[in-house]
Amino acid sequence: MRRVVITGIGVYSCIGKNLKEVKESLYQGKSGIGIDDLRTEMGFRSSLTGMLEKPVLKGKLGRRQRIGLAEEGEYAYLATEEALDMAGMEPDFFEKNHVGILYGNDSSAKAVIEAIDTIREKKDTTLLGSGSIFQSMNSTVTMNLATIFGLKGVNFTISGACASGSHSIGMGYLLIRSGLQEQIICGGAQEVNGYAMGSFDGIRAFSTRMETPTKASRPFDKDRDGLVPSGGAATVILESYESAVKRGASILAEVFGYGFSSNGGHISRPDVDGPVRSLSMALEQAKISAKEIDYINAHATSTPAGDGFEAQALDKVFGEHRPWVSSTKSMTGHECWMAGASEIVYSLLMMQNDFIAPNINFETPDDDTAKLNLAVETVNHNIDKFISNSFGFGGTNSSLVIGKFK
Amino acid sequence: MQESEIINIINDFLIDEFEVEEEVIQPDANLHESLDLDSLDYVDLIVVIEDKFGFKVQKEDFVDIATFNDFYKYIASKVMEKQA
Repeated sequence: MRRVVITGIGVYSCIGKNLKEVKESLYQGKSGIGIDDLRTEMGFRSSLTGMLEKPVLKGKLGRRQRIGLAEEGEYAYLATEEALDMAGMEPDFFEKNHVGILYGNDSSAKAVIEAIDTIREKKDTTLLGSGSIFQSMNSTVTMNLATIFGLKGVNFTISGACASGSHSIGMGYLLIRSGLQEQIICGGAQEVNGYAMGSFDGIRAFSTRMETPTKASRPFDKDRDGLVPSGGAATVILESYESAVKRGASILAEVFGYGFSSNGGHISRPDVDGPVRSLSMALEQAKISAKEIDYINAHATSTPAGDGFEAQALDKVFGEHRPWVSSTKSMTGHECWMAGASEIVYSLLMMQNDFIAPNINFETPDDDTAKLNLAVETVNHNIDKFISNSFGFGGTNSSLVIGKFK
Repeated sequence: MQESEIINIINDFLIDEFEVEEEVIQPDANLHESLDLDSLDYVDLIVVIEDKFGFKVQKEDFVDIATFNDFYKYIASKVMEKQA
């Protein structure tokens, strides 16, 4: 089996438009949450959301390349551009090698809804224009980026609800580990607009703490009242150790293990057993014990049920070792399809810079969350290995063990 | 709508939306070759014409249009037809 390493990362999120800005926000414990007035007009219970600047790609990409990109694709392009730059992969390399792409995405609601509006109004499908189909499909990110960068390897999208980004890295890890691919662009993307979030709002998934937006996302806190939706994109370049050495690339980290499971229960209510199995599998695959984990980037989204179950699962697996835990969603909100990838990027930035980003807004524990060793403020601490959890509707779970390359 | 106004609108969207270099747009130049249009681009041309001039072009109509001048004239005739 081959060793799988990370040679590039990139991010576009509500706490920064690039790695430098994001690292600073993580260290400072800065929230990226605000209010979207359009959601208030549309009758949402909660107008809280991660606030992102719309990227300007005119001048960077040609018309044909741009018009197929939905909102999440624009974020993914920028995150991938940053990651490829770090990895030192250029067009010539894509021409001569079979570089793949596996990206997590589970909706393109805005593009779909706008197309339906046009059909209803104009009653002529030609008037959708040529970009609509390439923006509307779930695989919009992979189909566009594979075309823009000229990729010749594996090419598909992974839809696993809020674990999509994490599973994309896990699947990329398995393909490289087994020798089927040498380099894969992995990641996760999430659109940030009301259309994509209306149904979540409808099932009362969101915090309604609108008077204090930056305090609304409070994972593990006793007074948490729901998640805050957010998004953007994050890219992680996976590569075989042999390929990285051959290219002379700098190795940022190694992927040691990927664990996955399905709860086999309720469609939206999480449980303890599923996450325990995914965490245990990741540790087994990595061939390490729980005490070797220095930091846990929790899935915790700030929902009353989910955080409690995850705290129980972490306690069950890590018990007395009590590694540092934080949920970066306290700052970013829940980046949904992107979260599993962005939280790897956030954790890698912490590992590179010897700190643990805070779980902001944590004030009071409850019976479950009191068992965790939560970093409520920034902790200057070395990380050799970390584990990152991502869970999603339908009971899908993913856990990744990543650490320093030695 | 005057023909000069129509020409300005067409040239503006070709430059802004189709990113055509201004000097490429010459009345007697071949439209299809100058713009290097593929089948997807024609769909977008139909959308922008509907948006700017309020009528729907059939893709087949492009067969008889060779130069930019032909294109201007075709649009102008359709606009006048609509106004009549």
